[in-house]
Amino acid sequence: MKRPLPWLPLIGFLVLLAVVAAGLFRPADRVVHSQLVGKPLPDFTLQPLIPGRPGLSRATLTGQGPRLLNVFASWCIPCIAEAPQLLRLKAAGVPIDAIAIRDTAVDVRRFLERNGDPYQRIGDDRDSAVQLSLGSSGVPETFLIDGQGRVVRQYVGDIRPDDVDGLIADWKALK
Amino acid sequence: MIAEAGLAALWIAAALAALQLALAALGLVRPAAPELSAAVRPVAIVQGVLAAAAMLLLIAVFQQSDMSVKLVAENSHSAKPWIYKIAGAWGNHEGSMLLWVTILGLAGGAVALFERQLDERTAIATLGAQAAIALGFYAFLLLASNPFARLYPAPTEGAGLNPLLQDPGLAFHPPTLYAGYVGLSVAFSFAVGALVTRDVEREFARAMRPWVLGAWIFLTIGITAGSYWAYYELGWGGWWFWDPVENASLMPWLAATALLHSVTVLATRDGLRAWTVMLAVVAFSMSMIGTFLVRSGILTSVHAFAVDPRRGAFILALLAIYIGGALTLFALRVGTVRQGRTFELVSREGGLVANNLLLSVILGIVLIGTLYPIVAAGFGVQLSVGPPFFNKAAGPIALLLVAIMGVGPLLRWRRDDLSALAERITWPLVATGVAFVVALLAAMPIGVLPLLGLSLAAGLAVASVAPLWGRNLRRTPLFTWGMVIAHLGIAVSLAGMACDAAFTAERLVALAPGQATRVGPWRVTLDGISPVVADNWSALQARLTVERDEGVRRLYPQSRTFSDPPTTTSESAIATVADGQLYTVLGQPDGQGRWQLRLWWKPFVTLIWAGGALIALGGALSLAGRLMRRRQEAVA
Repeated sequence: MKRPLPWLPLIGFLVLLAVVAAGLFRPADRVVHSQLVGKPLPDFTLQPLIPGRPGLSRATLTGQGPRLLNVFASWCIPCIAEAPQLLRLKAAGVPIDAIAIRDTAVDVRRFLERNGDPYQRIGDDRDSAVQLSLGSSGVPETFLIDGQGRVVRQYVGDIRPDDVDGLIADWKALK
Repeated sequence: MIAEAGLAALWIAAALAALQLALAALGLVRPAAPELSAAVRPVAIVQGVLAAAAMLLLIAVFQQSDMSVKLVAENSHSAKPWIYKIAGAWGNHEGSMLLWVTILGLAGGAVALFERQLDERTAIATLGAQAAIALGFYAFLLLASNPFARLYPAPTEGAGLNPLLQDPGLAFHPPTLYAGYVGLSVAFSFAVGALVTRDVEREFARAMRPWVLGAWIFLTIGITAGSYWAYYELGWGGWWFWDPVENASLMPWLAATALLHSVTVLATRDGLRAWTVMLAVVAFSMSMIGTFLVRSGILTSVHAFAVDPRRGAFILALLAIYIGGALTLFALRVGTVRQGRTFELVSREGGLVANNLLLSVILGIVLIGTLYPIVAAGFGVQLSVGPPFFNKAAGPIALLLVAIMGVGPLLRWRRDDLSALAERITWPLVATGVAFVVALLAAMPIGVLPLLGLSLAAGLAVASVAPLWGRNLRRTPLFTWGMVIAHLGIAVSLAGMACDAAFTAERLVALAPGQATRVGPWRVTLDGISPVVADNWSALQARLTVERDEGVRRLYPQSRTFSDPPTTTSESAIATVADGQLYTVLGQPDGQGRWQLRLWWKPFVTLIWAGGALIALGGALSLAGRLMRRRQEAVA
């Protein structure tokens, strides 16, 4: 081809199309087969982020019965979409702890006031260090943790309304 | 019966679109048979009328609350106020796609009826392209999203409309935005038509300009209104969230704004030929990509409507055909488009090229930020790109664009002299400097972007009216007024954004009835809480007394509970004064007799939407000016 330049827009568009098509047709398996599944949580301690709400460490997640660990951030839009599902889980009796990623107390408090507050504890992970050690790379993500502090499952992305009943069943099975 | 008539109208319109495409193609191949081409225009007009008839019939079944129609049963309720019954017709997937096709058909009909300036062969090719687009969307409606499907047995009552959508905003927002989206299809078809007949010249640009302007005005109004709607309806106190659905409307606007300016270079100076054609293709492509993003549910959005991957695949296929086809045609034909006239770097053209490049960069940033979560998902990573990215990446470039916007209209065509220019921009520079110092002294601490925003807004405001200095205002053409007012609107809007970012005061308090608090210059007292009941919702309503120096007002924010479907929304209450808005939202009770209140004092926030209105007004004046000039030329 003598003049490649005029074809560049088409090539760019085809790349875009491939990306979007791949996104559209990817199977909807959002459970990550993480190396961490079946293993105990790594050792970590996170300071409280908002006053009056305890922080989070491996010790507090061990021996307290099965629970969810939600990795979220106030600046994350899917986290807003996920909030009603977390409230439903809370109403069903599922205890939920949270790790707030790169966030501030003011923003998180505002986020919880707007979208509801399902959390028992909130740890402050301002440089994503603990998030990375958990093998989580984005927000939101949710870990199901058994009574011994072991990771049973890792959910990537927001919890959709269809996922809630399955999560409650998984949680009850661990009790 | 009505539903069947609507479906029949749609099928006939689809058949006419196929006929229109075939006639246009044959007419272009066989110029010896002029009757083929001559039939294209009437067919396009009838097709548009039939599409509009189908839309009116859908509104009729919603108005009658005919629950045997599936769409009505799923989205309406007999107890709804009549205005929401009408608006409910497009407050859902199928109805909104029918609205899209209706506007597409009407736009094609309008081109057939009014476009006489363009070379006839190009006009026929344009109508052929328009028919090809329409055909695909008719197929989508009839095969994958039939709005007139029946339900048997018919339910006695409907499921209701999403309460967030039960707002007067819904009646106007989607039609306006769609008129803008779909109006850009005309520019797309013009570009395809001109590529087919190899006729990219000044006449083409002059013929296309009013259509681009018209679509751009609607887009501007749609985005401005949508922003205000989200601001008071979501109750979050923000006016732009960089949500995928908002980005979907911003991207065509950015492309259309660039197109509007490059088409002026082509029409006035016969330059930027290939680039203008490219932008016309990109602008409507962004509209279609926006529709796809919204309708396929591929991105998680706070706006999420019905989600159906098969529909997404259908729209994606249409996208591949139209955009891929147009870009292939572009690649094949652009070599035959002769280069237009050239110009010096420091010239009006140079300023407009800078405008185009910066708008394209912002468009690229928004597109990448919006699609990045999908790309990341391809690598097994789920993430969300939020305001921090968009503000940091697009903000500085937008400010640079504003600076160039101040200078551009003061440049002469073809070539200009830097020292003469320096003289012309003295006063805008002084205004920028004064605003910078005043903001720095009076408003510390202030962020860098709001500080630069305020200073540049002041400079742009002065620079934008500078083209009127020394002119006889009564003899100044309307389109010059249009440019001045639209650019002034940008300055006004930017000032509002900067003030909102820099000066907003926020309070979150829990008050018992009788207690008071302060936010900014306001004293807010909670007088009491009482229940309120309306047709299809009930609410808890706070009675607030808000006081400032000039007087006392009462505000009634509500926490509303809708029965069908059961949902709670916050209805903010807003006091608008000359220098800003007091925004109040009622939250939850704390169980000890106190109620949460969220209060914002937002100085000059209204300038954001006032600026948007000015921008649209400028566009309207410009359009009127162009049309009058065309008529005068036609008479002469």
